[in-house]
Amino acid sequence: MMSELPLLRARWLQALAMATDAEAEWFGQSFGVDDAAFELLRAPEVGLVMARGRAGGTGAAFNLGEVTVTRCAVRSGDDRVGIGWVQGRRPGRARLIARLDALLQSAPALAVDAAVTELEAALAARRAATARKAAATRVEFFTLVRGED
Amino acid sequence: MGRIAAGLADPVHDAQMQFRDLLWAMSRPGSVVVLRGGLPAPPEPLVPAAYALLLGLVDGDSPVWLDGDYPDASQSIRFHIGARTVAEPGQAAFAVVTRASSLLPLERFAQGSHDYPDRSCTVILQVDHLAAGAGLKLRGPGIAGTARLEIGGVPEGFVPGLQANRRRFPLGVDLVLAAGRSVACLPRSTDVEA
Repeated sequence: MMSELPLLRARWLQALAMATDAEAEWFGQSFGVDDAAFELLRAPEVGLVMARGRAGGTGAAFNLGEVTVTRCAVRSGDDRVGIGWVQGRRPGRARLIARLDALLQSAPALAVDAAVTELEAALAARRAATARKAAATRVEFFTLVRGED
Repeated sequence: MGRIAAGLADPVHDAQMQFRDLLWAMSRPGSVVVLRGGLPAPPEPLVPAAYALLLGLVDGDSPVWLDGDYPDASQSIRFHIGARTVAEPGQAAFAVVTRASSLLPLERFAQGSHDYPDRSCTVILQVDHLAAGAGLKLRGPGIAGTARLEIGGVPEGFVPGLQANRRRFPLGVDLVLAAGRSVACLPRSTDVEA
């Protein structure tokens, strides 16, 4: 079992979980996911994962809350086991990620890296846009205690 | 590293149906039940019925003992069930004996305690074939009069071992016999005669 995933594999699992439907579809088409044959090891399954956080002051770990997660596992024709995990009730996405995970293990690393980088850039852009919108609504409070205007 | 076999194709419905089938077999000792639903191709050396029942019954809290070193079976159990495999038969909640002829004396498995007789081991025994109507004579709870069960491939001393198990009631183990897609059960409450 993998205790540590190679970096590229960890990146593609993350990128595919966070991608939009259109991006995931595009990625799948690029690597021919529909043309390959897969054996289903674990049918997409919805369950709960306990998310853990660390308290700010003390750094003590605590249970943040349960997160719904869908997972799936497949085996490709060339005997690679692919796993897919995604937040939410998303059997289709979990299955797609699992299939891609199996295929990408034997795909050329440069092509994979390029495609993953595109997904990561799109995600970063979405996050930046959200952050900008949120920043635009920021209100500065001035108080007597702070001694400002 | 062993090869992971597929899990239940429709885990919710298959596991429920197969559990129901097992309950039927356990409550009517001597009946041979063919498990319904999907049975995935099992990892070596498990038979389909044994593998499906493990997938449905066992979870991360139930230690499993296998009667040998089987990488495919261990890996599949670990992947799908998350159960711990133990080295000592006495530590297991479920014991899988893949060749009935090499069955250990039943006292080697967890017998339960008087406060918790249900904490005994459930022994899944793979046999060559099962047929109702001939063979061993069974009597007891769940059996109207007598029942007969033919079991292919049992070891020497099987019947005396079952009789000794019966005498330990309410302690003792319960046996699930598996052949292909079929199961039959010998709970500790059943009297067995050759």
